Amino acid sequence: MTCTEFIAQLDDLLEDRVSATLRAELDEHLRTCEHCVITMSTTRKTIEIYRSHELYELPNDLRARLQKAILAKCKKC
Amino acid sequence: MSGIAFHFGDSLINISRMSDFAAGWCESFTMKEAEPRPNRAAQFPFRHERVDFLKPSAMPNIQTQGTEEVHPDVLLVNRARQGDVQAYEKLVKQYDRQVFRIAQHITQNREDAEDVVQDAFLKAYEKLDQFQGNSKFYTWLVRIAVNESLMRLRKRRTGRMVSIDEDVETEEGSMPRDLADWGPDPEQQYGQSELADILRKTIHGLPPGFRTVFVLRDVEGLSTEETAEALGLSVPAVKSRLLRARLQLRERLSRYFRKNKRDGAK
Repeated sequence: MTCTEFIAQLDDLLEDRVSATLRAELDEHLRTCEHCVITMSTTRKTIEIYRSHELYELPNDLRARLQKAILAKCKKC
Repeated sequence: MSGIAFHFGDSLINISRMSDFAAGWCESFTMKEAEPRPNRAAQFPFRHERVDFLKPSAMPNIQTQGTEEVHPDVLLVNRARQGDVQAYEKLVKQYDRQVFRIAQHITQNREDAEDVVQDAFLKAYEKLDQFQGNSKFYTWLVRIAVNESLMRLRKRRTGRMVSIDEDVETEEGSMPRDLADWGPDPEQQYGQSELADILRKTIHGLPPGFRTVFVLRDVEGLSTEETAEALGLSVPAVKSRLLRARLQLRERLSRYFRKNKRDGAK
């Protein structure tokens, strides 16, 4: 398996959606390719970091104001 | 099952007349969902049949499939369609944070995101009759919000067209180049505020088409099929963009998170 072929399967591998046969091939590639090991681990961390940090919180006061405005407009429909 | 459609009103139609990209968007509004869930993955892409949205017969009431469990949102939508604004208020309170986040990620502007929240929920309310029960309300709402966001982004860019397809044909990100590994807890290198700035700046550097797919899939947790549905893209297109978005983000974050040389990086 080449690195390009490994990368093509990366998302499915990260999401545990590969067959046992394919997983064995991917694991075999990882045993000999540091580049893909690092790519996989850092890609996984990338996803985890973005999932665990809420970058745009909606403050309660703004949220209340938006809800009020939306519902006021809906009542006029 | 009759055909279903997602329709977003006049503003969207106007966009569709302005560029080739929007023709793709417009085309995607004439979708037909071929089979009920749970076999949704097999339906995509499902651009099979054009539907005349102006015909009443093209907008059937929300349907339930025999004994299939009805999503609570569908019940709220049914009540809202009958004039129960309190039912719609529950939907607003359930999804306003998510819509705000998505709008912020796409528009990169706080005021625009606030406007998108209002406009998306109002537009959804006005179009409730066109919502079909065989699609999640949230996915349908996200689709409206994404389109509203892209329109706002376009206005900010002095009228230049902005599409979900912008800059996605670049070769960047198709194959990782950076071999630098990260430390075990890369976030610990930065304070919370500084880290948030890094994450925002990094994701903003992605083309809108990659950024939006990443946000819907990895930040908001939509499935690949739901993301495809929300963006009017095929499942293979979503997968391709998600992979490249993840790889590009990874590479850009490596500038901040790579191991220091003294930590033993090779």
